[in-house]
Amino acid sequence: MSVGTDSKSLKGMLKGQSQLPISPLERINQLRSNAVNRVNALNLPTKHDEEWRFTDISPLTKISFQSAREASPLKDSDVEHFYLTEAVTRLVFIDGVYAPHLSTQIAEPFKKSGVVISSLAAASPENLATIESHLGYNTELQDNIFAALNTSFLHEGALIIVPQNISVEAPIHLLFIATQKEVSSHPRCLFIAEPNSSATVIEDYVTLREETYITNAVTEFVLADSAHVNHVRIQRDSKEAFHIANCSVSLAQNSNYQSVSIAFGARISRYNLNVLLKGEGAECTADGLALISNRQLADTHACIDHIKPHCTSHQLHKCIIDDAAHAVFNGKIIVRPDAQLTNSTQSNRNLLLTSKARIDTKPQLEIFADDVKCAHGATIGQLDNEEIFYLKSRGLSEVTARDLLTYAFGAEVIERIPVASLKLRLEQVVHKQTQRD
Amino acid sequence: MIYQDSKILLEVRGLCATVNNSEILKGIDLTIKSGEIHAIMGTNGSGKSTLAKVLAGHTDYEITGGTVDFEGKNLFDLEPEERARAGIFLGFQYPIEIPGVANNQFLRLAFNTAQVQQNKDELDPLEFDDLVREKMKLLEMNPDFLDRSVNENFSGGEKKRNEILQMSLLDPKIAILDETDSGLDIDALRIVSNGVNQLANKDNATILVTHYQRMLNYIVPDYVHVMESGRIVKTGGKQLALDLEKHGYDWVTIEKTAAVGA
Repeated sequence: MSVGTDSKSLKGMLKGQSQLPISPLERINQLRSNAVNRVNALNLPTKHDEEWRFTDISPLTKISFQSAREASPLKDSDVEHFYLTEAVTRLVFIDGVYAPHLSTQIAEPFKKSGVVISSLAAASPENLATIESHLGYNTELQDNIFAALNTSFLHEGALIIVPQNISVEAPIHLLFIATQKEVSSHPRCLFIAEPNSSATVIEDYVTLREETYITNAVTEFVLADSAHVNHVRIQRDSKEAFHIANCSVSLAQNSNYQSVSIAFGARISRYNLNVLLKGEGAECTADGLALISNRQLADTHACIDHIKPHCTSHQLHKCIIDDAAHAVFNGKIIVRPDAQLTNSTQSNRNLLLTSKARIDTKPQLEIFADDVKCAHGATIGQLDNEEIFYLKSRGLSEVTARDLLTYAFGAEVIERIPVASLKLRLEQVVHKQTQRD
Repeated sequence: MIYQDSKILLEVRGLCATVNNSEILKGIDLTIKSGEIHAIMGTNGSGKSTLAKVLAGHTDYEITGGTVDFEGKNLFDLEPEERARAGIFLGFQYPIEIPGVANNQFLRLAFNTAQVQQNKDELDPLEFDDLVREKMKLLEMNPDFLDRSVNENFSGGEKKRNEILQMSLLDPKIAILDETDSGLDIDALRIVSNGVNQLANKDNATILVTHYQRMLNYIVPDYVHVMESGRIVKTGGKQLALDLEKHGYDWVTIEKTAAVGA
């Protein structure tokens, strides 16, 4: 396969990769070297690729990004405004580098029962087999140049293992802080929920500076039978930054994956969510909100793959698009021949606040089973006149009514976040961004 | 109730209105005085809901003729929100759901807007909470409704109670209740009617827009007006509603035709 010139910058991002320490885990070393080969073999997608038709990522080829070698010397006081009161356990990464001094250890009783919340590089020997058997198996990740690039740098990511029958009630906060210009970071997270376990994880991308950098994340969830995981994903990167993320979720029998993904930041962002419903009775909820303005582009590609019977999936994805911003939503639902009695709903609702705002939405249903319930729909529009009249008839001014409805449009998704303090904070962001007066 | 010394709140003269160039109201005359309860009845499509919306200022309708004075001012000079602040309340036939906005947040926003208008102090969330819980008792509403999104997944009856709750908070001079009885079971009808009765006093007025007589068993009107094809074709006391229930709307039409033919 030829190496396209447009991919140069991406290959340039491999610089520094060879200096990574050799991992004690043979699987990691092997994944890395395979991934380097994949990066060299694959081309950077262009608008000619169906999956990237609406998202032009050429601006990121014009900048030469370098990976950070060490965590910048930040103190708690620099970043504690990002901390969440409910989250007792926190892993902090600065420009992609694990920062143990800002992270908090898991509580002793949980540690004793086998819960692991640590840097992948610090995994203890008894967890190596678990990591070996779950890390990097999703083929989607192997064929995606950004995921391959991430895997090339596989070293320190976050590792969460919740053992059988254990319920971790306090949310786990994974905080990725960007601090430098023209830096590339490749956050990685592996979440293993063993049978009948439950936990909530918050994957949170923030910045200290409005700079140009690239975050290229990969997150893997493996849910065993009857496991229950809440996944909250907040992307509030710099509005000059690039944010590419791939999330793969594998669901065994009767497991339940509930996710809310929020995109506020980045000049260009792309989130690929791949959910495999591999066991009977698995459930998945994948809700999302993109709130963007100016010239931001937020692209969400979700693929929910029903493989076994009796599975349920629900997806509500909303976009509020202001100024000349551009949102993209591609929602694919596959129902395999074996997946009888699937119940799947998908709704994509978009609110365009100006005449220059743009949305490209594409629901894709591929149904190969005959006894299924699948509903999908997409709406694009301005605020509803009946709703505005209702509020005005209660004395609210036109501007207040519009602001309230715009806010409500976003808040409907924020509301589904199961962490009160985070919900409140995000509601304030939405509130601020939806006020015209 | 009809009072001797009551003042005129609303004076409608020859009101005509169209929607999408189709004439719906064809000359309405109606005088509402303080203390009175009026029922406006009629078949579907007779124009009674349009009249309610026109009075509240819905922008889908174009006023093509006539005048409406509200406390001596030209109602059409006021935007819908100004009418609301001046004391006109419309209880919706189909209240709008607003997912994402907590009911208490919405109620307080509306309440405080009215407070500011009347040069009264705004209430903070705690003060408002006390007030709204008190008002909810009147309507036998569960306080859970405060934390839920406005009307979202409310049953028909719950939505209508929420409308009357808003009315009780805004304390309007004229409440126009558009098909408030539709979708209510017997218990909800009794509770909602009881709420409306308690809010009625000698300084305000209520207009009940309804297809059926059954709500009038609970809220006794001083006047009953029958609308047909965009006009009020008959006005009477509460007995008129009972006659309508017994004979059907055709009876008014036939009677009118007979009168014209005579």
